[in-house]
Amino acid sequence: MKIGVVVFPGSNCDHDCQYVFTDLLRQHVEMIWHKETSLAGLDAVVLPGGFSYGDYLRTGAIARFSPVMGAVKAFANKGGLVIGICNGFQILLEAGLLPGVMLRNTSLNFICKDVYVKVENAATRFTNRCASGQVLKIPIAHADGNYYTDPVTLGGIKANAQVIFRYCTADGKSTPETNPNGSLDNIAGIMNADGNVLGMMPHPERSAESILGNEDGRLIFLSMLTSFGASELQSKLVGV
Amino acid sequence: MKALVITKAVLEQHKLSDEEYKKILEILGREPNWTELGMFSAMWSEHCSYKSSRIHLKKLPTTGPRVVQGPGENAGAVDIGDGLCAVFKMESHNHPSFIEPYQGAATGVGGILRDIFTMGARPIALLNSLRFGELDNANTRHLLKGVVSGIAGYGNCMGVPTVGGEIVFNDIYALNPLVNVFCVGIAKKDRIFLGKAAGVGNPVIYFGSKTGRDGIHGATMASDSFDEQAAQKRPTVQVGDPFTEKLLLEACLELMSGECLVGIQDMGAAGLTSSACEMASREGTGVELELADVPRREPGMTPYEVMLSESQERMLMVVKAGREDEVITICRKWDLDVAVIGRVTDTGKVVLKENGQVVAEIPAKALADEAPRYDRPSAPPAYQEMLQALNHDALPDVKDANAALLALLDAPTIASKRWVYEQYDHMVRTNTMVRPGSDAAVLRVKGTNKALALSVDCNGRYCLLNPYEGAKIAVAECARNLACSGAEPIGVTDCLNFGNPQRPEVMWQLVLAIEGLKDACEALNVPIVSGNVSLYNETNDLSIYPTPMIGMVGLIDEADCAVTQWFKQPGDAIILLGHTREDLGGTEYLKVLHHREQGSPPLLSLEAEQAVQACTIRFIRERVVQSAHDCSDGGLAVALTECCISGSNQRWGAVVQLSLNGLRRDALLFGESQSRILLSVKPEQAERVLRLASDAGVPASRIGTVGGDRLVIQVDGDHRVTGCTVDLALTALYDHWASAIPRALGRD
Repeated sequence: MKIGVVVFPGSNCDHDCQYVFTDLLRQHVEMIWHKETSLAGLDAVVLPGGFSYGDYLRTGAIARFSPVMGAVKAFANKGGLVIGICNGFQILLEAGLLPGVMLRNTSLNFICKDVYVKVENAATRFTNRCASGQVLKIPIAHADGNYYTDPVTLGGIKANAQVIFRYCTADGKSTPETNPNGSLDNIAGIMNADGNVLGMMPHPERSAESILGNEDGRLIFLSMLTSFGASELQSKLVGV
Repeated sequence: MKALVITKAVLEQHKLSDEEYKKILEILGREPNWTELGMFSAMWSEHCSYKSSRIHLKKLPTTGPRVVQGPGENAGAVDIGDGLCAVFKMESHNHPSFIEPYQGAATGVGGILRDIFTMGARPIALLNSLRFGELDNANTRHLLKGVVSGIAGYGNCMGVPTVGGEIVFNDIYALNPLVNVFCVGIAKKDRIFLGKAAGVGNPVIYFGSKTGRDGIHGATMASDSFDEQAAQKRPTVQVGDPFTEKLLLEACLELMSGECLVGIQDMGAAGLTSSACEMASREGTGVELELADVPRREPGMTPYEVMLSESQERMLMVVKAGREDEVITICRKWDLDVAVIGRVTDTGKVVLKENGQVVAEIPAKALADEAPRYDRPSAPPAYQEMLQALNHDALPDVKDANAALLALLDAPTIASKRWVYEQYDHMVRTNTMVRPGSDAAVLRVKGTNKALALSVDCNGRYCLLNPYEGAKIAVAECARNLACSGAEPIGVTDCLNFGNPQRPEVMWQLVLAIEGLKDACEALNVPIVSGNVSLYNETNDLSIYPTPMIGMVGLIDEADCAVTQWFKQPGDAIILLGHTREDLGGTEYLKVLHHREQGSPPLLSLEAEQAVQACTIRFIRERVVQSAHDCSDGGLAVALTECCISGSNQRWGAVVQLSLNGLRRDALLFGESQSRILLSVKPEQAERVLRLASDAGVPASRIGTVGGDRLVIQVDGDHRVTGCTVDLALTALYDHWASAIPRALGRD
């Protein structure tokens, strides 16, 4: 599988995503400078975490004007697989590829810690290797992860099973105490209606290796590979 | 050059003494102009010239088989094998952080990061050591919040994880907080870049942010004491832009991957002045700069302002002649300002022109290296004996060990620092194996099987009571923290925070502390490869405790053997390595329970220390250790508590039995005897571990067993008095320890 990792000025999880796909999953990765205007030949695109344009003005608000975003939209509209992690999620929201907005965390602080999220929909191209309702431990690291949208949109994405992850307890209960940032309905990740664009605040690339104490995040990337028809044998080769 | 009348007031404003001014006249053979005077003032400030400390710093051990770069460059470097080296340094940003906590701390992080990537290393970790007053003071809470968010704001945006550190709260720092930042990077051993202006005729290129009027005289401000007027110095604090710094980092590393770069240095304290004269001075060359070509934020800046601005995120480099375009293309790719502003000469002088007119001309070496060096008088303070005198008989022994333990866990110095480190991204770059909250942070080194362990430490109170012993302990404890994760120490950086060196008692503290550092580093066989001195930490005539902060890098050959401090499994045997004495002097217990900061700090035998550490490292590498934890602030009882409750996943209690052996109860439970490490090992390994420790001459005893949901410490040999047993539920211990800082901050 050929994956493009977009590098905006200020992206800082680009190398981490590259590492997961190349060193851990043995896939081909191309780093895509934000001034590129073509994503030809790629199977999937990652918008990594970080502080694109310093988060100045508003998270993702400037990055959405980067030349590459026109290509990302076209890629997504043609059904290409796009995952936005943390700042990448924020950029997808600003670019209109996913519905809703991000507000400041209710604590007004940056928060970096492990959280639990429940897989609300395991029948997607990003979660097919998870069980429905499976609880994953994945770290968050953000100051603006307080997802918000209007009630109509919320009703729509819920009805359409587009809410993919919710913050929860270790045994899968979504409670106010488990919501780290004030996010509406404990939402940690959502998908577009066509099922090819995912945005999530937790960082699966930070929990994809046993030496870091946690491999739960790897399931997201393996699901992406699986959706591309990587055979079971190939999956075994990459250590699943 | 226009004539200028140098009055006493002008010299005072520039913090230059009459004697120093005479030396300037000698060097130039004439009166300096305004720009030159400003340049001397900045470069000869304490901050830039180390004029009060330099003769003493020479005593420190700085060499060793692993040392690739010792002190004198932007950062030190030690070989970690696999063709790589760890590049690291610690620096203070104390003065600016007091004046403006957010920007002061943020630009402190920015400055140390530049020191690391200037060397060609990609920064992989930040740690910090902070000192504040007590949290019942509203201004201290303001400073803590500002400093923490400043560190977070800068480091998080840079994508460099802040993986550890330490914080101590003591009133002595209320008007003089300390913000020391330690940064570690990884570079290829054969691709280290130095700050040298080599190759006559080579172009000098400026890149990064534009130069503005901020931070003028920052270095001079940082070399002065404070009084009530401190807030008026706010304009000397710079404003950081981590986004630009991130671009600068990536641009630098891209430039360094090519072959066009000759030398590079960041513009930190004293801005363009220091980078220009230091680069020329190191190489014995000169530089000629055209100031009109320096990218500026606003028109009308004088040469004085351009040379003394401390605007952040700026770099100076010398590149091979003819390769300018390549370099300019890379800088522009990263949206940075870039301009060729001069060239390397063979005159040995820094010559500055403005539109072709010479506006300053100074020998580079005179600015960079020939600042006066002072052997300032030193003498112990009159109160030293009083400080050290502690009459144990006058202290009532502990009557309620449960209450005493909870009081210690409530003390912000001991309590969990989670409120702080959760605001730092400590996982970005996906190397963090051991996160904040254990003795040392551990990061794997990608592309190898190795890991680095990192720790910072210093007990300022010990250093006040005995500067020599205190400094020794800082080194020993830092190394012990590394040993507890399985790492062997390979290099030290220091940050010497002291008061006003013109006071003999402060010089006495500084000189003795340096002796202590020297002896400890030599005994533990670890070189000091970089460092920083911060003097004049004094407000309204009150100096801080002498605080020689130590940052240490340790190496673990097999990353996956690294351990953490918390108990792992019920049934594991708890073993205490080391000897417990009646060490109550200078303890946190004495401060919290008896409101005294007095006595002699614990005795440290460097020989015993080394034996304990070697033993621990060996057991960890043999993979028989489940957890290892250093006994420090709050003694054995607090260390045991931390083993029980500091793990993030599960918490295990313990049942422990201790013998008094003639000690006071409080000394046994809360004394801070050095060279002690708590291990937990699988029960079947316990006997072997005890035997091997004893063979190595390390006192070792099995003191208990992991398990349950309570911490129980029974003390034998004192049946006459009840109340010396600890018996508390983990939930109670955890609640006190975890909520102390948020609770203290909740007052606003």
